[in-house]
Amino acid sequence: MDLNRLTRQSEFEWHIPMQGAMRVPGVLFADAELLAGMDDKVFEQVVGVACLPGIVTASYAMPDAHWGYGFPIGGVAAFDPDAGGVVSAGGVGFDISCGVRTLTTGMTASQLRPILPKLAESLFRTVPAGLGSTGRLHLNADRMEAMLSGGASWAVGEGYGTPADLAHTEEHGHMHGADPSAVSPQAKRRQQDEMGTLGSGNHYLEVQEVTEIADPEAAAAFGLRVGDAVLSIHCGSRGLGHQIGTEFLKAMVEQAAAHGLTLPDRELACAPLASELGRRYLGAMRAGINCALANRQIITHLARQAFMHVVPDAVLNVLYDVSHNTCKLETHAVNGKTKKLFVHRKGATRAFGPGHPDVPPAFSAVGQPVLIGGTMGTASWVLAGTGRGMEVAFGSACHGAGRTMSRHQAKKKWQGRKVVDDLGARGILIRSPSLRGVAEEAPGAYKNVDRVVAASHNAGLARKVARLTPMACIKG
Amino acid sequence: MPTRWEHFEHQADIGVRGYGPTVEDAFEAAATALTAVIVAPEQVATPLRVEVTARSADRELLLAAWLNAIIFEMATRRALFSRFSVRITADGTGDRLYGVLEGEAVDVARHQPAVEIKGATYTALKVVQVDGGWIAQCVVDV
Repeated sequence: MDLNRLTRQSEFEWHIPMQGAMRVPGVLFADAELLAGMDDKVFEQVVGVACLPGIVTASYAMPDAHWGYGFPIGGVAAFDPDAGGVVSAGGVGFDISCGVRTLTTGMTASQLRPILPKLAESLFRTVPAGLGSTGRLHLNADRMEAMLSGGASWAVGEGYGTPADLAHTEEHGHMHGADPSAVSPQAKRRQQDEMGTLGSGNHYLEVQEVTEIADPEAAAAFGLRVGDAVLSIHCGSRGLGHQIGTEFLKAMVEQAAAHGLTLPDRELACAPLASELGRRYLGAMRAGINCALANRQIITHLARQAFMHVVPDAVLNVLYDVSHNTCKLETHAVNGKTKKLFVHRKGATRAFGPGHPDVPPAFSAVGQPVLIGGTMGTASWVLAGTGRGMEVAFGSACHGAGRTMSRHQAKKKWQGRKVVDDLGARGILIRSPSLRGVAEEAPGAYKNVDRVVAASHNAGLARKVARLTPMACIKG
Repeated sequence: MPTRWEHFEHQADIGVRGYGPTVEDAFEAAATALTAVIVAPEQVATPLRVEVTARSADRELLLAAWLNAIIFEMATRRALFSRFSVRITADGTGDRLYGVLEGEAVDVARHQPAVEIKGATYTALKVVQVDGGWIAQCVVDV
């Protein structure tokens, strides 16, 4: 991206001034090097989102932003339902409510290291991963309906986990306002055998070691100490979310003209929040959020079983579960007034600050845990939401490292077996059904997650709490 | 223009592109490119035959609908497809597609599938007639 097209506000905040059909400016949070590495398409997409009806304050890009479809990945935009605001299927993405859940284990990395190969194997055998995998649970129509309405709460009711898990899950594990009747039979069919599956691509299950504490007070609230072992799960709403995204994207393109929407690009397909299509999408998307929450809850249960076989003394408690592909109705201050807004986060993590009513009481003094997934060879991070983040980006932060190299390039550059061997030589165990998949996810294909996190921290979006390094990774 | 396929660059995902002397040939080649995101198409046998239909207001949306129909069949049948045939007809309301997919159930050990495809997007979506043939392309989300 050409920095000459941007106005520098500070080292970590750059603006795209209003131009053409833009209704609000663009705001990019990153340092000059991260910005220079971003595709020009990110600029175009931030501008495109800024042209949508009812957008409030600005069209934002997080430090890990990269070329998405319609919205940039790493994009945040809030829409006012009282000002003709819209909801966009592309602004949420195909993997509705994809997110990260991190669990403490009650064990240290040193305790786990001698039995790590057994543990990795147990996790790999217990949690289905990769293309074509199915869960042990088959949902008939009634159970599908209950799952889509109840999310992780439903899963706990079915015996997958405990009520304590829900207290540390966004929305308490249950997204209100879901409308299972707005989810097509095709989407339900795609999901009926996929509950409790990890998926593929950048999704993973990873045993990690806490190697650095940056904020002792927040780390204590989150139950993290240097040397602790934790488990992180990265996945989403599986086939159901993908099918909802596919179907509503098409419907929003086909009905744009009827809704009086002139779109700068049809990738920006959206529907007025006040329209029947907009309402149906919100109902279906919230059901997709429940599906993702239930999925991560079931995987949590399976991971506990896998641990129990190898490390009976481990106690896996949910630190937090946070999604990074959503549109949620939230209350924010805009120009001194309190407004209810529909906040899209596409590859961006909610990062509510201290004292926010939606932050669990245990974390209220320090802010919401913000879980940032890295790569299997570098690191992941736990951050905490800030008051400033609430003011400058509707309480949002980055979501991961973000790719810097396409899958195509990665496949040419690396061989899966060598990636596994090289990581193994560094003490990181990889288990995956597909070596080609491992090659495409090679750590070198991603940006430097430490730099992305530092930019989020320095921009004030969220502050660093703990750095996690991989010990064993299950890839789909 | 000979029928062929290729992938094109997208930072996070991957683009699929088909070329052919007719629009149907280009759609079929784009479908082969879709399979090649997951596995080398020549590794996929064809004992399974599935028929699909799609309809859309224009040719470009029809390409996305065609690829999404294949993605749905791959997901729900846990199958991969390597041979495709397409027939497109038009009426006053848009284009209709009838397609046949031939493939087999996924064998993870043999196919080593690289990644699951979530959906065909409207990013870089194009169906265009050029000298001597057609190009059909879009980015797919993986």
